Amino acid sequence: MENGSNDLLNAFRQGSAEAFEAAFETLFHQHQHTVNGWILRIVRNPATAEELTVETFSRIYRAREHFQPSRGFEGWARRIATRAALDWLRTVRPETELPAEIPAPATADPAISSEIQRKIALAFQRLAPKLRVAATLAVIEELPHKEVADALGISVAAVKLRVFRALRTLRKDLQQQGITP
Amino acid sequence: MNEHDEDRMKKLLQQALPPVEAEPEPARDLWPAMLRRLDAKQAAPAPIFWSWFDAALLAGLAVFAIFLPASIPVFLYYL
Repeated sequence: MENGSNDLLNAFRQGSAEAFEAAFETLFHQHQHTVNGWILRIVRNPATAEELTVETFSRIYRAREHFQPSRGFEGWARRIATRAALDWLRTVRPETELPAEIPAPATADPAISSEIQRKIALAFQRLAPKLRVAATLAVIEELPHKEVADALGISVAAVKLRVFRALRTLRKDLQQQGITP
Repeated sequence: MNEHDEDRMKKLLQQALPPVEAEPEPARDLWPAMLRRLDAKQAAPAPIFWSWFDAALLAGLAVFAIFLPASIPVFLYYL
């Protein structure tokens, strides 16, 4: 995500109503795809990601007073998108849905049956949303801990702790199902 | 859980839920949906926001009224 020009960001933050509307539309078109891609990584469902992209920009529209142009638009938008995705995950009941099929490289280990993979995916969905988001971004997406920390608005140490707790809880859940990881 | 277990869990998780490739673009431009959302928000009545202070004040008054019911007419007088 590239930051918009300073004029654009200033117009968004403190421009007249007309300038603000124009700046918002420009920022939307500049960032909608990257925001959508970020949310898709968390929720893993294209239709939901689109809905949450609109929700994210709706929050951005209402929160312009809190925007600091000097800190750039990208990080701010990403934090709001992460919060929107987290709020959505809190409303979804676990074990009702499995993540949508998303094209990804074939890395599956043939020794691990599809049934075990399904159980792992379901157990992962039962994790607390804040643990799940940290593990999704840091383990599944292999993003740097710093980037995850910025998006979640927490420290790098807190990200590491959440990832550790997510993996430990997941392991216990699988062991209770008779699966020895 | 030791480091080996942690690495093993990471690998299992990555196999069960592979990473999303690159950054797929939405199938459509979301601006029309954004405009619909903004129009709907503007048409809706403004929500009432309660701060923690409002809630604490109301709770305090309720407690006061429960323990000192004689104060209710005084409150009503000042409303």
